[in-house]
Amino acid sequence: MLDATQTAPALELSHVTKTYTVKQGLMGKRRPLTAVRDVSLRLNRGEVLGLVGESGCGKSTLAKILLGLEAPTSGEVRVDGEVLGGQDRLALARRIQPIFQDPYSSLNPRKSIADIISLPLRIHGVGDSASQEKAVRDILDVVGLPSRVMNTYPSQMSGGQRQRVAIARALIMKPEIVICDEPTSALDVSVQSQILNLLGDLREEFGLTYLFISHNLAVVEHLATRVAVMYLGRIVEEVNSTDLFANSAHPYTQALLQSVLTPDPDMGVPDTQLGMAYPNPIDPPSGCAFHPRCPHATELCKATAPRPVPHLDGHVECHLHDPESSMFQGS
Amino acid sequence: MTHADSDPANAIEIDPLLQEVMGPTPGQLLRSRIVGHQGLVIGVVVLTIMVIIAIFAPLIAPHDPYAQSLMARMKPPVFLGGTWEHPLGTDHLGRDYLSRLIYGARVSLLIGVIAATISGVIGTAMGVAAGYFGGKVDAVVTFLINVRLAMPVVLVALAVVAILGGSLTVVIAVLGLLLWDRFAVVMRASTRQVREREYVAAARAIGASTPRILLTEIMPNIANNLIVVVTLEMAHAILLEAALSFLGLGVQPPTPSWGLMVSEGKNMMLFEPWLVLIPGAVLFILVLAINLMGDGLRDVTAPENRS
Ligand SMILES: Nc1ncnc2c1ncn2[C@@H]1O[C@H](COP(=O)(O)OP(=O)(O)O)[C@@H](O)[C@H]1O
Ligand SMILES: [Mg+2]
Repeated sequence: MLDATQTAPALELSHVTKTYTVKQGLMGKRRPLTAVRDVSLRLNRGEVLGLVGESGCGKSTLAKILLGLEAPTSGEVRVDGEVLGGQDRLALARRIQPIFQDPYSSLNPRKSIADIISLPLRIHGVGDSASQEKAVRDILDVVGLPSRVMNTYPSQMSGGQRQRVAIARALIMKPEIVICDEPTSALDVSVQSQILNLLGDLREEFGLTYLFISHNLAVVEHLATRVAVMYLGRIVEEVNSTDLFANSAHPYTQALLQSVLTPDPDMGVPDTQLGMAYPNPIDPPSGCAFHPRCPHATELCKATAPRPVPHLDGHVECHLHDPESSMFQGS
Repeated sequence: MTHADSDPANAIEIDPLLQEVMGPTPGQLLRSRIVGHQGLVIGVVVLTIMVIIAIFAPLIAPHDPYAQSLMARMKPPVFLGGTWEHPLGTDHLGRDYLSRLIYGARVSLLIGVIAATISGVIGTAMGVAAGYFGGKVDAVVTFLINVRLAMPVVLVALAVVAILGGSLTVVIAVLGLLLWDRFAVVMRASTRQVREREYVAAARAIGASTPRILLTEIMPNIANNLIVVVTLEMAHAILLEAALSFLGLGVQPPTPSWGLMVSEGKNMMLFEPWLVLIPGAVLFILVLAINLMGDGLRDVTAPENRS
């Protein structure tokens, strides 16, 4: 499935940081909030990279940067080797398309389904209105909706149907990369697996590359070829999905896995059993950001942030797995 | 995990479901809600009648509203013992009161519509820009709104009219340039809300230009709030015109304006109260009808917005 020829990766992030300025309280004190902190990632063609982490860790911010909706504060994003921001927006739009979390918010309630799905064709000036209509019919068929929904409105549809419409809109221009930002977490359980299966089928049919974001490892696990675990704006571990269960290293990844193994039928926010609450990103903990919740935390973890260390095919950011750190600890 | 292994025959699965789930179109829903809303229906009917009367004033009015007759001054209306020659009597110059009332509807509606349109364009442009772009644009617009809110409309209007002299054009221009604050406030807040919807992000990710997003994604979804403010400001402008004209600083005689008619009748109020009550009542009915319509439109369009 992976591109054998060593061309540029579909997506490449190097040292991407996004800092927002937020006003706190009535006094309006402005403070920086680093939503994404020095993230480097590669996404090869045909791969499905699962991006997992609790709510608020910066997953959507990363997605917005990749879609060109937010500019990174520093760092660089490359799409097919080209620096993002250098190319024009339309060219980027033909390559990357999003599928958002909430199909109740992602479809304009004032537009008919046909208008919503054909918008990309109209903006990019593809074909005349007859061929656009045919394209809409075809893509509706692909996502499993009958063509008679064309003249209906989003309010007449169920959540699962709406998400199919959102998928149709994302795919009608045949993009290479699809950013799925929690595409199933707003849906009923019974519909979630339908949508996941559809996304899996479409990936094979169109040869898509996915960045698949979720707060739930269980959702990511069966689609992803690789998994990146995010915590407080950092990718703390990157691992092949085949190694995920047996060989993942970071205590946070293991906590997430633990939460998946405990039966959680509603696929909601997993209970990480970590006890302590998720830290406030405005006041990140010292040293390793995970140390207040980590069962293995040492003095070193409180004092210094860990560096990324190669682990299996990916990397992990934890003093426990850094040979230099353990030497330091041991002495 | 386990639940993801179900059969991926999605198309077949969804079809019978669809029949069941699909409700009425938004248009059908809106129509049934409009018909079910009494206040809205009453407001629209009354307003429509007034508009028709204003448009066809020359055909409907029994007399020339400017024609004076010293022989027929202060004739009482029919219900106070007058004749059908002047159904609502005559004023202190012997002009037919019904005809002046009918032509007065033109003045009120003209001022209401044009002033609300001017201020609507100004306020909507400012509010949408502030809400969508945020940052410095928002800071400037917010400052302008605050400056505007710090100015008492009536005093400013009085001052300007006193300097430039009262006329229909001046009154319309002054009100149009003063009443944009509520448009700006409401459109700014609505735009900030709608801007965060994911369909706006989706349109941007597709490559839609900012004007296109504003016109096709944002505007249709804040239009219902806009309509409500339009009705409020129409009523506001109509009342302000009446007040200015009453004070002699609005529309100038002999133009028939309801405010002017109240003003001209006020000297006679103790002896011939109908001279004041009739234009006052008509003004009240018009403003009430507009407000009923505005409230009704808000009720009727809001639920859809919430979902
Ligand atoms: N526009 C913004 N302004 C300020 N803070 C933001 C903004 N967008 C996101 N954040 C903050 O950045 C952090 C990461 O948010 P997000 O990327 O949405 O997380 P996730 O998608 O993982 O739940 C959160 O703490 C959030 O409050
Ligand atoms: Mg998110």
